[in-house]
Amino acid sequence: MVSGTGVGVVETRRAVVFSGDRPLTLASGASLPEVEVAYETYGELNADRSNAVFICHALSGDAHAAGIHQGDDPNRPGWWDNIIGPGRPLDTDRLFVICANVLGGCKGTTGPASTDPATGKPYGLRFPLIQVRDLVEVHRALLRELGVERLLAAVGGSLGGMQALQWSIDYPEEVDGAAIIAASARLTAQNIAFSAVAREAIMRDPDFAGGDYYGKERRPDPGLALARMIGHITYLSEESMREKFGRRIQDAEVPRFGFDVDFQVESYLHYQGQSFVERFDANTYLYMGRVMDYFDPFEDPVYVQSQISRGETSFLVLSFDSDWRFSTEHARVMASELRGAGGTVTFQEISSPHGHDSFLFADPPEYHRTVTSFIDRLAGQRGIGSRGDA
Amino acid sequence: MRPDLDIVASLVCSGQRVLDLGCGDGALLENLINERECSGLGVERELDDFHACISRGVPVTQGDLEAELPRFSEGEFDVAVLSLTLQAVRHPDRVLTEMKRVAARLVVSLPNFAHWRLRATLAVRGRMPVTDSLPYQWFDTPNIHLCTIRDFESLARDLGLGIDRRILIDATGNRVGGLANRAPNLLAERAVYSLET
Repeated sequence: MVSGTGVGVVETRRAVVFSGDRPLTLASGASLPEVEVAYETYGELNADRSNAVFICHALSGDAHAAGIHQGDDPNRPGWWDNIIGPGRPLDTDRLFVICANVLGGCKGTTGPASTDPATGKPYGLRFPLIQVRDLVEVHRALLRELGVERLLAAVGGSLGGMQALQWSIDYPEEVDGAAIIAASARLTAQNIAFSAVAREAIMRDPDFAGGDYYGKERRPDPGLALARMIGHITYLSEESMREKFGRRIQDAEVPRFGFDVDFQVESYLHYQGQSFVERFDANTYLYMGRVMDYFDPFEDPVYVQSQISRGETSFLVLSFDSDWRFSTEHARVMASELRGAGGTVTFQEISSPHGHDSFLFADPPEYHRTVTSFIDRLAGQRGIGSRGDA
Repeated sequence: MRPDLDIVASLVCSGQRVLDLGCGDGALLENLINERECSGLGVERELDDFHACISRGVPVTQGDLEAELPRFSEGEFDVAVLSLTLQAVRHPDRVLTEMKRVAARLVVSLPNFAHWRLRATLAVRGRMPVTDSLPYQWFDTPNIHLCTIRDFESLARDLGLGIDRRILIDATGNRVGGLANRAPNLLAERAVYSLET
């Protein structure tokens, strides 16, 4: 159950965080001359600037995490509205919550669809390959713009959890707590295999045109839709699919027997694919896939140990028992590596039927209860009033 | 903090890495982390206790200790603590063996089922004893593997665990001495052990 009324009407803002004589140098050594970030904030930054919580979004997310945009359907708030707002786990009565579209994204932050200042044309695949580290650097640049030097917490699910993890490894003194949910510190061969099929689906689409489809009549929509369909299968659990669709037939009682969409689950996947192409860019999908494939934050154990053992960050690692994309084993390995590096780690596997997507749901209540306990503890340490005091 | 946990804490050295199995609300670990510069990890199955640990800032893994123990690496901790929990696990011998694998030293406390009051209840009334130390009825007790001081010491020997120290306490956790030292199996309600591996 979601409590409270939410944050109300919000708007996405933009900030240029790298430009001119201050380009963004990427972890690979390549650089981007200009980076603009789309972001939203909820709640107010307190006087000692100690109450900032950064939401890192997942592959298909955006800056619009909570509330509604002017004129939007009030029943369709931002993607993580159930956790952000007055009285909710990320309580905007006392916390300043920030969410930004990631570097390489397609929702307002500089990415492959942005104009390359060198050519005056969209980057396409000339956009440099980026890493989770680069996503974090852009978040940090935004925080500088907002006058925030330190986070009470970095919170994220899936790719968002990876950013929270990398952030606390690279800058432990800037993050009081990291809540890493349904994430992984190292993709398995199976994860990379799914990612590869999704990438092929896009790149083999005849309208992909080497990534230069912007402004053209046809875009690689079928390829992107297919990639999304594959991805979506991995986000749901077998149980949730069985419950939602079973073997039911779409709009009929008896099967039509043919190669067109017949089962409800097929219709659902088609809908997911179709609606995705209307709101997402195929090149961003490729870049984000690679960001995850290559993610390996514990690659240099000596570095990680020297960072983590400074003991600045408390970690909360959560997994869901029905998540087979980033199973509990991923979370256990991460928790164990963090502990091995000297980190203080709280870990819980939560029983939920929703598969990988569980991190987006408010039920079962145990999930938000744990996030609440963790955030309240961090807030208490910084002398931020308790719930309801504000 | 419970008096018996004070005694457990006194058996842990400053700066040690402590694993507290069945850590409850995390009071022991909080004390060791804040007062003794230990680093620690609790394992706790009960959700209310798990949340109490988070609220205290004690790192904790939520889950069944018998399932979690095999996941820790060899020698990951200096001390593994099992406080008044051995009698509630499914395989006490396996738990002790696993503790021995993950830590150099074990601190284990347990209720003594051979205490004279329990013996008397059983002998005179012919009923399973219900006491301050063991307050459950036979049908709803989580204590499925009760043992005596003599039983435990025999198992420890079999598992190659050396008894480094033994502190005898009563049901409120205060030390008992004198006569109890002469006949601990009859006169001590509980015992706390420091065991070397």
